[in-house]
Amino acid sequence: MHKLKKIKLAFGLLLFMPTLLVAKVNEYAFDNGLKLIVKEDHRAPIAVTQVWYKVGSSYEYNGITGISHQLEHMMFKGTENLKPNEFSRIIAANGGRENAFTGKDYTAYFQTMEADRVEVSFRLEAERMRKLVIDEAELLKEKEVVAEERRMRTDDSPTALTREVFNATAFTNSPYHHPIIGWMSDINHYTADDLRQWYQKWYAPNNATVVVVGDVEPEAVYKLAQQYFGPLKAEETAVVKPQIEVKQSGKRTVELQAPAKLPYTMMGWKVPVVKTAEVDWEPYALEMLAGILDGSASSRFTKDLVRDSEIAANIGAGYSLFSRLDDLFLVAGTPSEGHSVEELQQAVMDEIKLLQTELVSEEELQRIKTQVVANAVYERDSVFYQAMQIGMLETVGLPWQLADDYVENIQAVTAQQVQEVAKKYFVDTRLTTAKLIPQPLNKKKPAMTTGGRHGH
Amino acid sequence: MVTRFTLFLVTLLLSLSASSAPNIEHWTTENGGRVYYASAPELPMVDIQVVFDAGAAQDKDLPGIALLANSMLSEGAGDLTADQVSAGFDDVGAKFGSSSERDMASLSLRSLTEDTALKTALELMVTVLTKPTFPQDAFERLQKQMLIGLQGEKQSPSAVARRAFYKNIYGEHPYASMPAGDAELVPHLTVKSIKKFYRQYYVARNATIVIVGAVTKEQAQQIAEQLMTGLAAGEMANPKPQVTSLTESQEVIIEHPSSQTHILMGQAGTSRDDKDYFTLYVGNHIFGGSGLVSLLSNEIREKRGLSYSAYSYFRPMHEKGPYQLGLQTRNDQAQEALKVMKDTLAAFIITGPTEEQLKAAKQNITGGFALRLDSNSKIAGYLAMIGFYGLPLDYLDTFKAKVNNVTTAQIKDAFSRRVHPETMVTVLVGGKAEQK
Repeated sequence: MHKLKKIKLAFGLLLFMPTLLVAKVNEYAFDNGLKLIVKEDHRAPIAVTQVWYKVGSSYEYNGITGISHQLEHMMFKGTENLKPNEFSRIIAANGGRENAFTGKDYTAYFQTMEADRVEVSFRLEAERMRKLVIDEAELLKEKEVVAEERRMRTDDSPTALTREVFNATAFTNSPYHHPIIGWMSDINHYTADDLRQWYQKWYAPNNATVVVVGDVEPEAVYKLAQQYFGPLKAEETAVVKPQIEVKQSGKRTVELQAPAKLPYTMMGWKVPVVKTAEVDWEPYALEMLAGILDGSASSRFTKDLVRDSEIAANIGAGYSLFSRLDDLFLVAGTPSEGHSVEELQQAVMDEIKLLQTELVSEEELQRIKTQVVANAVYERDSVFYQAMQIGMLETVGLPWQLADDYVENIQAVTAQQVQEVAKKYFVDTRLTTAKLIPQPLNKKKPAMTTGGRHGH
Repeated sequence: MVTRFTLFLVTLLLSLSASSAPNIEHWTTENGGRVYYASAPELPMVDIQVVFDAGAAQDKDLPGIALLANSMLSEGAGDLTADQVSAGFDDVGAKFGSSSERDMASLSLRSLTEDTALKTALELMVTVLTKPTFPQDAFERLQKQMLIGLQGEKQSPSAVARRAFYKNIYGEHPYASMPAGDAELVPHLTVKSIKKFYRQYYVARNATIVIVGAVTKEQAQQIAEQLMTGLAAGEMANPKPQVTSLTESQEVIIEHPSSQTHILMGQAGTSRDDKDYFTLYVGNHIFGGSGLVSLLSNEIREKRGLSYSAYSYFRPMHEKGPYQLGLQTRNDQAQEALKVMKDTLAAFIITGPTEEQLKAAKQNITGGFALRLDSNSKIAGYLAMIGFYGLPLDYLDTFKAKVNNVTTAQIKDAFSRRVHPETMVTVLVGGKAEQK
């Protein structure tokens, strides 16, 4: 009885969803190849503008790794008509927030401002899309900034170091082999010409998608885009080489010794993604599988490995179904006190085995489907997130509508399909594992304090 | 994903202004819980938060107890196990969370407003809040996890620096207590002490209830009553003691096998009811609170490439929260970067901002007002802040004017009275500390 009620509830929620999901989206194609996507959201008088370029670390090769990210930094350091950092000052003076991010498959820039300021974004973004100036002296300083960023994020973080060596082990020739921020030696050796060439290669209207979400009128946004982006010249952009990962033929393992207090392990299986899948439903079945193992406090990892057996101090699973190339289904975690990395890995393998041999219950499937439906509502609380979904999909070469179809595609996943992908992909010939072996942190003297006293 | 600079969310939380501010309604439940409600009918969802004055500042001689008590609530409640609680929320697509910082300890719920979903999620939240069972086995597990978390802190130079920073600024003051606890003392926590803590602090008069979403005021009233009914009225937590200022500068150097040195510098800063707050806030926005365009970032990053991030912020709390300046740089540049940071601050205190800088800051703060309230979750955050700290209900409506009223002379005056480089705490955590 109880179970039946739950299933009914889930369908009830589903039935009322479609009306909500019809948000107004307008899509415009320009003669110069630029794509503009405008989504109306009138809840607050603001708008986010994002400019997405089809370039990221997976477009790079050895010797210049991280150059997409370095170029992202340089995009703030001056153009033909803007002095270094002037871009940021103009946005700030307009009450805006801005930043930029580089991923494996994209580089994106954004500004959030009150909705009547979209023009400011367009004017500045159009300028740096075609008129960037790479100044030698500015580059020299900004390479130092990026090197500091790398030290902070990676070199001084034992888990980030593990992730880096793990990816480099799992992928042989796929560009997912190297880190987004790049190897330190490459960062140290970019030349101004390297940056100029990379900019020339990828920054053009025909390699960009502009996304605007917020309290805007699409036709007015289109007119502004015509004014600022319309006149830009298309470019013969480079074609990214396929760099298809060679077939893996056995389990790979790697160990890392680093100053640390806690052991850590990563496990990853090579899997297809929406973009590469031969069977359409498989990525969604893998996504469901990720939801079964991890995703909330009731998922199997937390329930079985953290709360029940207490083998894991923490453990998570992740899968990026909208990557551009075949990617990894990831598991990462730290064993609890008194348990080894090997025990934790074995416990994870036991969970996988269970998924391969026993069908997931209807109750568990429904629980995840209900969460996906609810999340689709919650996500609309953020204009930024909505723009992000659209931009990311378009930039890896998928239609933005897939974000809306996502709920339906997850709803369609069956217990049999979950079992099928568990059997097909969770095999040793697709597996890489990494183990962090902590080394002592302090070989020297303890803290020392000079001066200091509290007043009265 | 690698971002260009890290936004310090704390600084964002500090500011707001007027015009499209939400209409906040406030009332008190029968047993004394203070409710703050704003209608947001556009999406079929609701955010509910219950905030208690039960953060680490109430730890007393048991560091970590506030956090452990807070996280124990969903580990068993009524006749439900932790598994049943978590599955219960998930079954209706609700998101339940708990958190405990220095001042605030809170429970939060995000649910669809569809009848069955909301009813189920709310009932569960009420059970967790009012009938926690504090099972011994769950307690031991969370205690172990806290200890592992504390081990993990030791491998992070930034976490090591933060701990030393608070310890040295606050000394014997409750704000010295790190929410994550203390490795030596967490083993001494007991279920008994947790229960006592819960009974004292998780009471209606110590609670602020925030409701933002597609519910009517009547529904909000019912929700608030339902949440509070099972709690004792109790008493509000005692006010925290005032923070005493340091009388000498302190430099704390901690060796760490990292390639960078993390530098934190600061002092006790402002409280939420501080008369100088807006002046200091706007002044600091110019000095180190506006990301890449701040004076500090300009000197450290833009001009010299010394650090990926260089920032400063006031973190106003019940009593004086810290005024914190920070950066990270390659070990051999630590002294150079520290000197630039100190010089930049000293210069700012002496000369204050220019009219042009102040104008740009005002444009940024007031011109982006709507961004601070563009989602239900942000609005809920502000309601919690207003309610918890007892700020006036028109706080959002008057914010812009208060920012616009600040003058360069006021900033110069406030910084020279309130910011004291000569008695600041400076923490350096890094490798090959040839500092000094």
